[in-house]
Amino acid sequence: MNSMAPATFNRPKMYRRPMPLLWWLQNRAYFRFVVRELTSIFVGFFAVLTIWQARALAEGPDAYASFMDRLSTPGFAILNGVSLAFVLYHAITWFNLAPTAIVVRVGETRVPDWIIAGANYAACVALSAAVAWILLRG
Amino acid sequence: MADTITLDVTRYHPDKDSEPTSQSYEVPYHADWVVLDALNYVKDQLDGSLTFRWSCRMGVCGSCGMMVNGMPKLSCAIPLSDYMPGPIRIEPLQYFPVMRDLVVDITEFLHKLQKVQPWIIRDEDKPLAEGEHLQTPAELDLYKQFSMCINCMLCYSACPVVGLEPEFAGPAAIALAQRYNLDSRDQGSAERLEALDDHEGMWGCTFVGECTKVCPKNVDPAGAIQLYKVASTKDWFKSVLLPWSSK
Repeated sequence: MNSMAPATFNRPKMYRRPMPLLWWLQNRAYFRFVVRELTSIFVGFFAVLTIWQARALAEGPDAYASFMDRLSTPGFAILNGVSLAFVLYHAITWFNLAPTAIVVRVGETRVPDWIIAGANYAACVALSAAVAWILLRG
Repeated sequence: MADTITLDVTRYHPDKDSEPTSQSYEVPYHADWVVLDALNYVKDQLDGSLTFRWSCRMGVCGSCGMMVNGMPKLSCAIPLSDYMPGPIRIEPLQYFPVMRDLVVDITEFLHKLQKVQPWIIRDEDKPLAEGEHLQTPAELDLYKQFSMCINCMLCYSACPVVGLEPEFAGPAAIALAQRYNLDSRDQGSAERLEALDDHEGMWGCTFVGECTKVCPKNVDPAGAIQLYKVASTKDWFKSVLLPWSSK
């Protein structure tokens, strides 16, 4: 429908307000939502970085050392720090939303939201600990 | 406490205005008034041409939804005292075409509701002689929350996807579809899925979650839509992995 739809006998001319370009600044909830969606870019960046790391590993010790050297440059360190912050934001916001999308019933009782969200956090901590153990065991 | 409060109300006359304007009214403040009472004061005492919908005054009919200070609200359910000292900005529900002043056109919304076939669908009607379709309290609990919708459309005005993509079926309609899908007496989930299994249906939802926050009846449309997505995804995997199994 155009912003000014034509009038007919039983349907008056109507006004449809165009969606403002900056609609996502209209309230905090919209802004938080858009930030959450944009954090996907950083999740994707981490995924690409991990694939890149695996490729360097497959190419041998020299390639891997060169990759790690590149990672320790200030530019990459800052980028990784910023990415980590956004990935954490991404994970936390989705973990907190999980109870809305996952309804588990035990008998006739719905499992409380905090248990569903807590299970996500617990799984994240356990997996992170497992990865840290594999990487840091020496 | 001031004894008056200012309402900045959106005005739009389809025959005279090219776009809405704002008009201010000063109304008496009463601690026991809701925003709708203040609008009715304007209508009765100050300007009889102000046009808005209302009916029950008790949060049941869903007629008096409007944007109050930028948030979709039932004007009968919000005390004037919450907005003191004012002014209060009152606009028509956003993302809907405006017919006049605070009245929006709900034709598209009604089409969307109809699209999800919000009634009990049976493969074969049971003869009346066989009696009612019985349902246990536990079966009722599965969908009861989603059946509390009063079609006030606040959730549509809270959802930016509705504003960006007017074809999107929207929170209330999809939640209503899920209400019937979860009803043990219904057998129409496949037909509804056909209507909603696309970008104009459930997959258009990006889970902003504001629909649930503004719902005056705690229906949780965002939850209904995500559960619908999960159920649809399970069905899809089942059809791919176990193509021989019937639904």
